[in-house]
Parts: sequence; structure tokens; C-alpha cells
Amino acid sequence: MMAQDRSKRNFLSFFSGKQFLIPLAALLALVIFNLIADPEFFRVTLGRNSAGDPVLAGNLISILDNGSELAILAIGMTLVTAASGGQDISAGAVIAICGSALLRVLCGSDLTSGQIQSPIIVAFLVCCLVGMLCGAFNGALVAFFRIQPMVATLILFTAGRSIAAWINNNELPMVADSTFASFGGYIKGVPMPTPFFIALICFAAVWALLRFTSLGLYVQSVGISEKTSRLNGLDPRIVKVGVFVIMGLCCAVAALIKVSRLKTINYSIIAKDIEMDAILAVALGGNPLSGGKFRMSSSILGAYVIQFLTTTLYKFDVQSDALSAYKAAAVIILVVLSSPVVREKLMKLLRSLSEPETAGKQV
Amino acid sequence: MFVCGESQDVPALIFRGNYMKENSILEMRGISRSFLSVKALQNVDFTLCRGEIMALMGENGAGKSTLIKILTGVYTKDSGEIYLKGHSGPVEISSPQQAQELGISTVYQEIPLCPNLSVAENIYAGRHKKRLISWRKLNEKAEKLLSSLGIPASPVQPLGSCSVAVQQMIAIARAVDMECSILVLDEPTSSLDEQETERLFELMRQLRSKGTGIIFVTHFLDQVYDICDRVTVLRDGRLTGVYNVSDITRVQLVAEMLGRELDDSPVAAEAEDKAVGEVLYHGRNIHSSENIAPFELTVRKGEISGFAGLLGSGRSECVRAVFGADKGTDGNVVMNGKTVSIRKPSDAIKNGIAYLSEDRKAEGIIGELSVRENIILALQVKKGFFRPFSKSEAEGFADEYIRALGIKTASADTPVKELSGGNQQKVILARWLLTHPEYLILDEPTRGIDIGAKADIQRLVKKLADDGMSVTFISSELGEMLGICSRLFVMRDRKMVGQLSGRQLSEDNIMKTIAGGEHDGAGPQ
Repeated sequence: MMAQDRSKRNFLSFFSGKQFLIPLAALLALVIFNLIADPEFFRVTLGRNSAGDPVLAGNLISILDNGSELAILAIGMTLVTAASGGQDISAGAVIAICGSALLRVLCGSDLTSGQIQSPIIVAFLVCCLVGMLCGAFNGALVAFFRIQPMVATLILFTAGRSIAAWINNNELPMVADSTFASFGGYIKGVPMPTPFFIALICFAAVWALLRFTSLGLYVQSVGISEKTSRLNGLDPRIVKVGVFVIMGLCCAVAALIKVSRLKTINYSIIAKDIEMDAILAVALGGNPLSGGKFRMSSSILGAYVIQFLTTTLYKFDVQSDALSAYKAAAVIILVVLSSPVVREKLMKLLRSLSEPETAGKQV
Repeated sequence: MFVCGESQDVPALIFRGNYMKENSILEMRGISRSFLSVKALQNVDFTLCRGEIMALMGENGAGKSTLIKILTGVYTKDSGEIYLKGHSGPVEISSPQQAQELGISTVYQEIPLCPNLSVAENIYAGRHKKRLISWRKLNEKAEKLLSSLGIPASPVQPLGSCSVAVQQMIAIARAVDMECSILVLDEPTSSLDEQETERLFELMRQLRSKGTGIIFVTHFLDQVYDICDRVTVLRDGRLTGVYNVSDITRVQLVAEMLGRELDDSPVAAEAEDKAVGEVLYHGRNIHSSENIAPFELTVRKGEISGFAGLLGSGRSECVRAVFGADKGTDGNVVMNGKTVSIRKPSDAIKNGIAYLSEDRKAEGIIGELSVRENIILALQVKKGFFRPFSKSEAEGFADEYIRALGIKTASADTPVKELSGGNQQKVILARWLLTHPEYLILDEPTRGIDIGAKADIQRLVKKLADDGMSVTFISSELGEMLGICSRLFVMRDRKMVGQLSGRQLSEDNIMKTIAGGEHDGAGPQ
């Protein structure tokens, strides 16, 4: 009897409890769609890149490559959402600021020669510092002045790209350094694109952070009940500033990849609308946007699902200006299917299907 | 022993028929109202005369607010009739607007006005049928109104720049201007200081002399004797009695509210033969932003103390100040002979104090997290961010305490919100016991939980004290407090007014101390 109860619980939790299954189901749907439409989609070939090195090529590789920035941002967005119950909409603008700062340090006063003037590591550290400062600014507005996260981050969302342009006097520095280009391209002799590895490093870092510190418990406690957290000795304000600083760091890493890909920067276009995709990744991962419990792996998978969708749409020659509309349509279906209302309905349906089954066994 | 006035045994409906007593402007007869299966009001009568201030008193769940909400049209009544002066036959009040039109105005504790609009705008907002408004004329009108009521505010200043008391008065002025004959004041004084309260009372007296009937909901005994003419006491949804304030002593009034009869049989206090431990905690001048008089508190090892007092007397605020739960907490605290500073919860936890809040849902559990995470939370925070418990350690703690406290849960992974109230309370207790506190503060740990869990918690508290832990236990049930505590700190009107221990512990003494005035109890500290 007990065992039967448990097995039933497991059977049901397979559909309700495991958050991970929401983005996984979405991924599966996309994979099946592509398999039917054109199995060629999944072909991975060994080609040569512009430098003449052997590299892997194909849609799957490009998903893993281009999805990196989004997946990295999804990490920060998940934490911000969980702790503050709101979203950071300044991510794209902060990437522009970080990227601009990175180029500023890298190129110094010489904007056009393409020669780098200072070590890449120094430039990157400055870029990280700028990102964390932007995060701390957002976090302080949210935590100390109790401004809605979306409103607080609206400030940098609006001002960020102007600040980015101002950092470089509205000029467009060029970098021709091959080492720098490898962050957004390929390391000599490695057939996988570098951003994929940078993303992996970030995943490992956040895994370690969740495993070897109490970050997960603190963030979820603060997100669910600020008052209770305070009475248990936590300072919700510090936790909130903390997650925004992590978000800023994620933006800095994404900025490194983006700038390295382009070898320059376009202040008004770089990482445009990426924050919306990041929020979507969190939602698609089944994390409540009102904060509280979260599952990091789910958000990351959600990010790749979104990239998968984008790449699929490109593959089917959707006009670039119509892309957003198609994407929106697909997203509506995904989000509605994973919404609690629909999930509950599905649960009920499954329960009613499974009930006569177990009743039959008991007899 | 005494029996006061009309009790609920007296047939409730004395004035059957469509006529009212000569002087009364409001009569509510046989009002009943249930919420699901809970009977919030049962056959309650209420009368209000012209030009009188009627206090409406009662403890938690007495039905005060339900009665007020029925009168002001927020709730509908299940049965009963309401008569108003000038209306033949009973009236139906089905919405707040309708209550307004019938001349019943309400000023709530939380002032629902607009702080960024001007005083005049607040007085007249939403009351104009004409499209065009001459603000100059309205300001003049407001000026006249304010000065006639002696309210120190200018019509053009933003409402937010006035003090809370003046804002209350402006809310009253708004009500007065709507020509109300019945004014309901729902705990208007709870956030005011003495001077502000006196100003408000002045205004109330003025309105009384103009013939307005005022219903004054309050928890402050002193204020009832200061300003009210009569008092209606409710308890557990029933009418306990209506008294002239001059006819009832404070002790009798307290006894009516608590539903206890006065007698002098002492309750067996268990503490008598128990050796008194050393002083664990001594705090002087403890205060917080929550409007309580600074107090002194001494807690001994192995002793169960308690805070007694009526609802709103500041019991919870005191223990919250000890724990640093509210803003602006401070005081001179000595623990174990060392001076410590406790200004926020983390200070208190570091010094071995634990606090279980009376609001289990908002300040106790973290609903979506598992039983295990809820149990380890406080200890984890104490241990530090960079030293998390491993999964097996956490599981060990959770299993240990689930067994020790008999927490009924499917597993340690179950979200705590799926547990029953009593088991949730045990989870929070487990959380604090895991930190091995020296001083455990329990604010209403047994409210709203089943009898089994209640007995478990009471037994546990006694055992903890026997093992040397200091415990402060708060309960609204006097009997429960007497059964558990060996020392009681007595609160009245947000002040600590006395301390009872040993032989002094009896319901009689407690009520007398709460009432103050005629009897000095154990004497004020």
C-alpha cells in the first residue's frame, strides 16, 4: 500500500515536480519538429574556418556557440528573479557599458590601429569591475530604496547605451588582435567555438557557488519571505545587492564574448533585447517570475531552447524582420503550456487516468 | 464574585417592534454573522445614543470588527435588524456608500487618504457632483471647517506633511463635513503619543457636545475611562454586557473581556519550590520604534516567564524589542555578565536568543522550502555563508528533530506549507532548538493549532526549562499562561506595569494588575 502510494507519487511528480522537464519537453518538441521537417538540420561537419583551421560546423554547433551569452545571462537573471521577485531589464545596456569599458582599456588612446595597448586580462578585470558596479547600483536601488526591480533597472536600461558611447567618446575602436578574437571565435587547434567553453566555465562556477556556499538557501529564503529571513539573522538587503552584483558579472563575461566576436562595438545594437530572452529563459525553465524557488539547470536549458528556436527559424529562411513575430508565437505556446494553470489541468487529467489504474491493482 | 449587568442569558431582544428608545440614534438587534462554519457574531445587540461616546471592547476574535463592518456595509449580516433614528422600520446597509448616505462615517486605523494631495482636496475629494470646482471656495470652506474643529492644519498644505494625529483629525473632519450622525473610530489612537491622543480626544468631546454618536474601538483601558460614556464588551462573538463606564471598575471590565470570574482561589504555581537560577539576561531601557514604554527585564536560567496583558497592550512588541525584531531597537543588555548590544535579529541569535513570531505564516515558515531547509535555516545563517551544511548533515538534523518533536510530515523534502499548523509550528521550534539557544522566546506558539500539538509544545517548553533553558512564553489564554509560567510580566497600555511570581500568580491578581488603579498588584516596578 505504502509502496504503491510512493510509486504513484513518483509517477505524478514526473510531470509536476520536476521543473527540468518543462524546458526539456520544449526542446524535444523542437527536435521532433526539425527531424520531420529536415533531418539535415542536425548534421555536424568538420570544415575549415577563415583562418584555415579545422573546426566543427553545423546548426547544433552554432546553437551552442551563439547561445552562450544568453545562457550566462540566464544564470544571473535566475538569481535576481529568485531573490527580488523582479527582473533586471538593463542587462543589454550593461553589456554595452562593459564592452565599451573593455575596449577603452584595451585600445587606450589609439582607437584605429587595432593594436592592443594593455593586457587582455587587465581589460577584462576592469570590465568585470564595471559590470559589478552597475549590478551594485541596481541592487542598491532595489534593496535599500525598495524600488521595483524593473523600474530600478529601467534607469540603466535607458541610460546604459549612452554611457557606453560616452566612455569611448562615441568612437568605434577596432581590435585586430588574434588572441582577443579567440574569445569569441576559436582557439587554434580546438574545433569547438570558445564561447561554449566560457559558458561551461560559468556553469561550473555557479554550480560550485551553489554547492559550496549557502547562496541557494539564502536567495530562496529572501525571495519567499523577507520578514522570516530577517528574523533568522539574514540581511535581505545584502542578499539582494549580492545577486545583482552576480548579474553584473554575468553581463561582463557576456560583453567579453560579444565584443570579441565583433572585434568592435556598436553601442545601440550590441546585445539588443537580450534581457528579454534571458527573462524568457528563466520563465521557460519553470521558475516563478515572482521569486522564491529556482532551479539553475532549468534556466540554462531554457536559454539553449530559445537559441534553438531562433536558429530553427533562421534555418527556415524567416525574414529577419519577421523573426520576432514567429518567435513570439512559439514562445506563447511554450509559456502557456508550462503555466501553472495548464499544468494543473494536465495533472488532473493524468491523475484521473492513473486513478482507475491503481484502483484496479488494489483489487 | 459578581455578575455584571445584562449577560447573554437575558433575552437579547428587549425592544421588539419598530420603535426605538427615545434617545438612541442607532439600534442593532440580534445581529448574527458566520464565516463558513465560524460564528463571528451571535445574536448581538448594540445601541448608541445621541451625543455619547461608546467604547467597543473585546479580545481577539470577539467580533468587534465584524460588527463594525456590518454597520458600515462592508459585510452583510446573516440575521438581525438595524434601526436608525429618522427611519421608520429597519434599514438595509449593503455598501459603504449607502452607510455614508445614512450618516454613518468611519475612520480606520490606516488612513486611506492621499498623502500627496492637499488637506482641502482630501476633505472634499470624490464628493462633488458638479464638473467644475472652485478650489478657492473649497479652500475657504475647508479653512472654516478646520478652525471650527480646532484642527491645526492649513487647507493648502499636503496631507503627508501633517502628523499622524492631525491626519486622523482631518479624516474625522471629512466625516463630520459629510454630516454624519454616527462616527466610527477604529483604533485611531494605537499609533499616537499621549499629546496627540489628547488632541484627538478634545475633538471627540467637541463632536459629542454637538450631538454626534461616536463608536470608539480601542484596546486602551485608560482611554475608555478618560473619554467614554458607556462600554460594550464582546467576547467570542457574543455580547457580554453594556455598562456605564462610571459603574464598572477596571478589574471588572478586564474580567468581562477575558471571560473570567473574579475569585481569590490561588492557582497552584509550580515554581514555588523550584530554586531560582542565576540571572541570564538583564536588560534596562529596552525600547523600539513600536510605541512601547522603555522597560526593564530580568530573565533567570531555567525559568519560564510570560507576558500577560490584553490584546494590543504591547506584549509582542516587548519581546520583539528583546530580540531586535523591530526597527530602532536598543537598550542596555547584560547577558551572562557581559554587556552585549542587540539591535537586530542577527545580534540576538549570536547571543543565544531565539524568537518564534506570533505570525507563523508571514514571519515563521518559508512556505515553499522543504521541512529540512526550514529546520536548518537559522543554524546555517549562524554558521555562515561559506560553510554550508552538507546534504547528509542537514538530513541528519532534520531527521533527528522530526523524530524528537514528533513532526508529522511525509518526508523531510515536503514543502513546509503542506503541513498542518501545529506541525509547522513544531518545524519552527525545531529550527530554533537546533541553534541551542540559552533564551527561547515563544510568542503565541499554541494559537490556532490542534490540541494534540498544543499539549506537545507545552510539555516541550517545560522540559526545556527543566534542562536549564530560559523561556518566555506568551499566550492569550490566561489559564495556559498560569499553567506554564512561574513569573509573569504584566502589560497595560503599552507599559510594563508589574511583575508577579510564586504565590502572587492568580487570575485575580493578574486581572487586577492589568486593570491597575484600585489595586497595586505586586506593585509597579
